[in-house]
Amino acid sequence: MSKTILVFAESRDGALRRVAFEALGAARQLAGKDGAVHAVLACSGGAADEAAALLARGADVVHIADDPALRAFAPEAYLAALGAAMAAVRPDALLLGHTAMGRELAPRVAAAHGAGHIADVTAIEPSADGGDVGFIRPLYAGKAFERRSFLPGHPWVITVRPNNLPAAEPVDAAERKGTVQALPFTVPALYTAVRSLVRRTGGKLDLAEADVVVSGGRGVRSAAGFEPLQALAGVLGGAVGASRGACDAGYCDYALQIGQTGKVVTPQLYIACGISGAIQHLAGMSQSRVIVAINKDPDAPIFGVADYGIVGDLFEVVPLLTAELQRAQA
Amino acid sequence: MLKIVVLLKQTFDTEEKIVLSPSGVNEQGAKFIINPYDEYALEEALRQREKHGGQVIAVACGPERSQEALRTALAIGADEAIRVDGSSLPDDGFTVAGALAKVVEPLQPDLLLAGLFAVDSGAGSVALQVAQRLGLPHASAAVKATVLTKAEAAALPAAGGSKGQGAGGESVSASGNGGVSVLPQAERYALVERDIEGDTETVLIPLPALITAQQGLNEPRYPSLPGIMKAKKKPLRTVDASELWGGAAAASVADAAPRTQRTQLFPPPPRAAGKLVPGEPSEQAAALVHLLRSEAKLL
Repeated sequence: MSKTILVFAESRDGALRRVAFEALGAARQLAGKDGAVHAVLACSGGAADEAAALLARGADVVHIADDPALRAFAPEAYLAALGAAMAAVRPDALLLGHTAMGRELAPRVAAAHGAGHIADVTAIEPSADGGDVGFIRPLYAGKAFERRSFLPGHPWVITVRPNNLPAAEPVDAAERKGTVQALPFTVPALYTAVRSLVRRTGGKLDLAEADVVVSGGRGVRSAAGFEPLQALAGVLGGAVGASRGACDAGYCDYALQIGQTGKVVTPQLYIACGISGAIQHLAGMSQSRVIVAINKDPDAPIFGVADYGIVGDLFEVVPLLTAELQRAQA
Repeated sequence: MLKIVVLLKQTFDTEEKIVLSPSGVNEQGAKFIINPYDEYALEEALRQREKHGGQVIAVACGPERSQEALRTALAIGADEAIRVDGSSLPDDGFTVAGALAKVVEPLQPDLLLAGLFAVDSGAGSVALQVAQRLGLPHASAAVKATVLTKAEAAALPAAGGSKGQGAGGESVSASGNGGVSVLPQAERYALVERDIEGDTETVLIPLPALITAQQGLNEPRYPSLPGIMKAKKKPLRTVDASELWGGAAAASVADAAPRTQRTQLFPPPPRAAGKLVPGEPSEQAAALVHLLRSEAKLL
């Protein structure tokens, strides 16, 4: 059965986030061969490059909401743009990334449209023999999983976890037939005055989207102890994370915490340094594709989930690993 | 004076293993806690009450065991608690938000507080759906919140015009859209610093509004012994879900009927046993890089 799917294509600093392409891929899968995939871009001052990138990956129609009110993130303005897109497209489903922005917008759109919301989806099971479409999502940060489906009669709102669903494939230039449209919408009364945005991450990769995460625990012993981990993450093009132990001890910011409280990450490679592996931390990272553990204690529970374990002093091993990788890349 | 409503959920302790049985998650002998993010919300409510005066009402939707979480909230310092009996409610965020909105609406809170998400379902959907239903604006993932009078809000320095280096060498973007003048008139405002994937955004919103709590908002206190004694005398009311819709079951009410359902519950795929990389540190490092390349097909 073919469907009409709308994707909220989130961009950051003037470029589409990878999760936008992952949502686009999921949208094509849900739409079916004869279905239609629409994407909506919210911007202030044009988004031609982003629109072209979406068309290049198979979007049928790209709607551009362009207004100075969308420059800062006032949720009301974004919700109005999304509402206009919903009214224009009347989609069977709206897809967003399960990002800071998507997590804020999706529940409100769902409530406003009487739609269901399935959040933080990590896999989609296509409908077989006329059955329902299954959405797989973690519970307890990955200690269990559930399959959910939508009950009939209402639109669907879905947020997809970054790094889990395959991105939409590029389409041959000759076969691109998508179009771009301006999306008129009425800017509502704003309830959010954005006063400042402080980039503490220095534009670095978000943990949830990183392919490689190098993470430190109590074994790192101090804020300065994170430096070798940062160097290793730098060589691997990854991001640095931390366990609750390290955050509670004040070695780093809570924004870096990985676990059932904190962030759940599913990178290709997770390197745990000086992390013992408390249950609540394991919940946040054990779905990573490959896990490396470096710890002095051979009995640390982290070795129970690691693909590769090194029993040793992280302050010795991590710099050697960084040097080895640098040599290999040279 | 502020009337503050805190939405709470009782969850499994994060140190609990999750054991599945055919009927669902096995609760036998499990330890339950107030969802850690909701603890920050509750603590913030108490601090705002201490500063501005007023009342804190804790509201939860859940089975009978959730009474315990509400009793704890009363012991920590909430003035009143309400439990919506969720045992007959379908397990869907749309329905739960519908029930909570019905309970919160007549309370007319100045401030609605909730955790950013619950550590069990992890969806982070219900509180925002409640805000949408009640027509309240929101600021999510708060790491700092200050309630201001109209005059204090008007006296804030001009917003976001400067681009440059912050105190910690971080970059401050010029993406601000203004101060109190762009907002609807209100008696009070909240100045909220919120975490956006590691960056910090500062927003001003008029009250009443929803604020969701991110880790680091505050340091939650523990219940004191006198607090536990006092809690026994504080009002804890249970509302049957069907009372909310004039005796009708949620499933038959258009704006409360569930939109989604769980069709399966299963454990995570087991991980194959890993291997220890032997040798001296330099040998281990070299061997690991080799394994990541040749065996794991990474790098």
